[in-house]
Amino acid sequence: MNSELKTNQDQAHSVPIVQPVVEWYNRYNPVEKAKHWLWVIVRTVLIAGICFIILYPIITKASIALRSSIDLFDPTVVWIPRNWTFDNIKLIAGHLKYPTAVTNTFLLSIGTSVLQLISCALAGYGFARLKFRGSGLLFGIVVFTIVVPPQTIMVPTYLHYRFFDVFGIYGLITGEKGINLLNSFWPFFIQSAFAMGLKNGLYIYIFRQFFRGMPKEIEEAAYVDGSGIFQTFIRVILPNTIPAIATVMLFSFIWQWNDNYFVSMFAPNHTLLARTLDLLPGIARPEYVGGAAHTSLYLNTGILLAIFPIFVLYLFAQKYFVESVERTGLVG
Amino acid sequence: MIRKRRSSMERRKELAGFLFVSPWLFGFLLLMAYPFFQSLWFSFNKLSLNQDGFSLSWVGLANYHNIFFVNAWYVRNLTNAVMNMVLNVPLIIFFSLFTAVLLSQKFRGRAFARAIIFLPVVLASGVIAKLDSGNFLASLMGAASEDMEGNYSATGLTSFELVPVFLRMGLDVDLVLYLSSAVDRIYQIITQSGVQILIFLAGLQSISPSLYEAAKMEGATGYEAFWKITFPMISPLIITNTVYTIIDSFYNNSVTSMIQDTAFVQLNFGVSAAMAWVYFAVISIILLVSVGLISRRVFYYD
Repeated sequence: MNSELKTNQDQAHSVPIVQPVVEWYNRYNPVEKAKHWLWVIVRTVLIAGICFIILYPIITKASIALRSSIDLFDPTVVWIPRNWTFDNIKLIAGHLKYPTAVTNTFLLSIGTSVLQLISCALAGYGFARLKFRGSGLLFGIVVFTIVVPPQTIMVPTYLHYRFFDVFGIYGLITGEKGINLLNSFWPFFIQSAFAMGLKNGLYIYIFRQFFRGMPKEIEEAAYVDGSGIFQTFIRVILPNTIPAIATVMLFSFIWQWNDNYFVSMFAPNHTLLARTLDLLPGIARPEYVGGAAHTSLYLNTGILLAIFPIFVLYLFAQKYFVESVERTGLVG
Repeated sequence: MIRKRRSSMERRKELAGFLFVSPWLFGFLLLMAYPFFQSLWFSFNKLSLNQDGFSLSWVGLANYHNIFFVNAWYVRNLTNAVMNMVLNVPLIIFFSLFTAVLLSQKFRGRAFARAIIFLPVVLASGVIAKLDSGNFLASLMGAASEDMEGNYSATGLTSFELVPVFLRMGLDVDLVLYLSSAVDRIYQIITQSGVQILIFLAGLQSISPSLYEAAKMEGATGYEAFWKITFPMISPLIITNTVYTIIDSFYNNSVTSMIQDTAFVQLNFGVSAAMAWVYFAVISIILLVSVGLISRRVFYYD
């Protein structure tokens, strides 16, 4: 005991300065801390920069859309307009037929996403849990449909809906060459009901992964209790599928809302947001509106109006979006 | 008795499975498989619309001859699209992995940062991109605010002052130009990598924390842990994301708009079908080659 104390004192005596430094170092660990804070700073700068690049065009558009045309030629106005106005928004909302276009686009998107939800959930469950001979091969085909660009089947699809006729039945009865379904919502609804709409292969894949990850005991308990297969699916499985349903619903709604390809092919004359927006550059040409600055002003306003409903939706649903892929078990 | 009931249950399940899949199967046969081969058939024909439907007349390989040797733009647009894809895919994969690693760490305001970074997934749209190209006023604003913002313009950072520095340091010219052009296209890259970030994030979340704890006990640094744990564990998702990015980049570009214009503006349906088929073949080859190349280096945990 005594000797131990003595050696300690000896050591402390021989290195009088190093001891406290070492203690201080061990307690505060400055190098590790400096590394940690340096990383925090770098990370903050990077994330702030990425966020800035994403938000910059939106802020720009809001700033442009809310200024009056006097401010366009005022070099002292850069970001904050001097003369605030809603005139541009009113004018462009009129040109876009905004209320009608938004309502129609909303109805189309809701209709297609509900139909896609039903058909893709059914197919996903069939592939995940109700295996039959050849279902593996069919699922391989589902993955293949994701890869085929829609342009490959564009011409036949167009003609198909131009002269719509399932197996020539309509032609046999009436003697005509099919019904023209173009310029209506029917093509969208038909292809959604049969899981052939926009990126539907992906949704089937999401549902299949999700159903595969669910414990089998749930269904088996229901079967033992005498529930039929379809009844089990509706009553037992679907209520536990809310995360996957929310993900597919959100993605299909928003991708349909943003879609221009199918809309311009199937319903070019409909008052849909994608169509009226497409016509805007023709209306707001520099020679009609008094110069390139005005054209740009109107186009910026139009884009702002077009993204506004989705932006509001995103504000409420962003949590589901961000967590969507994690919760659906798409990965791993 | 039990065995018999079980097998009848199995059979009922098989039947139900077929019924559950049948809407998709019907849709696939009618709206995908049939048009798919019809399109191939059209590409060897001249299709003309008339009062009662359409008629076909066999022209053999004339449509393919047309797009490769007569049309001045198709091959050029296709090469352009492929080149863009080849340049962008590595950048998008790298950027989305990097951002996902950043966003998977815990820090204040993480939910907010995630919400902003996924915003482009929602707002990116073909029409908007078309209207927004060459945004006149925004670029004016960029020029006016240049002193405050550095070299910022409507689409992102423009010229890159470090390029001459790197070149004088003796780095490879092509590499420096590639990276500086990536900085020029940073907005495009960020807006195209939303879904990929989501997928990588989900993958990062599913890596067991015990692996990192064990590595830390053994004295691994964060850098080593990334390359020895995170990267191998996430490598299967690199394939997923590469495939997604390739498909996404081919969904809407100059070639697709050319295919559409050929069909619906020039009413040259046969030529359009031939273009679409060549396009499909090119995409398939690119997908096969890239998946084949990457899957050799992928690590599967189980």
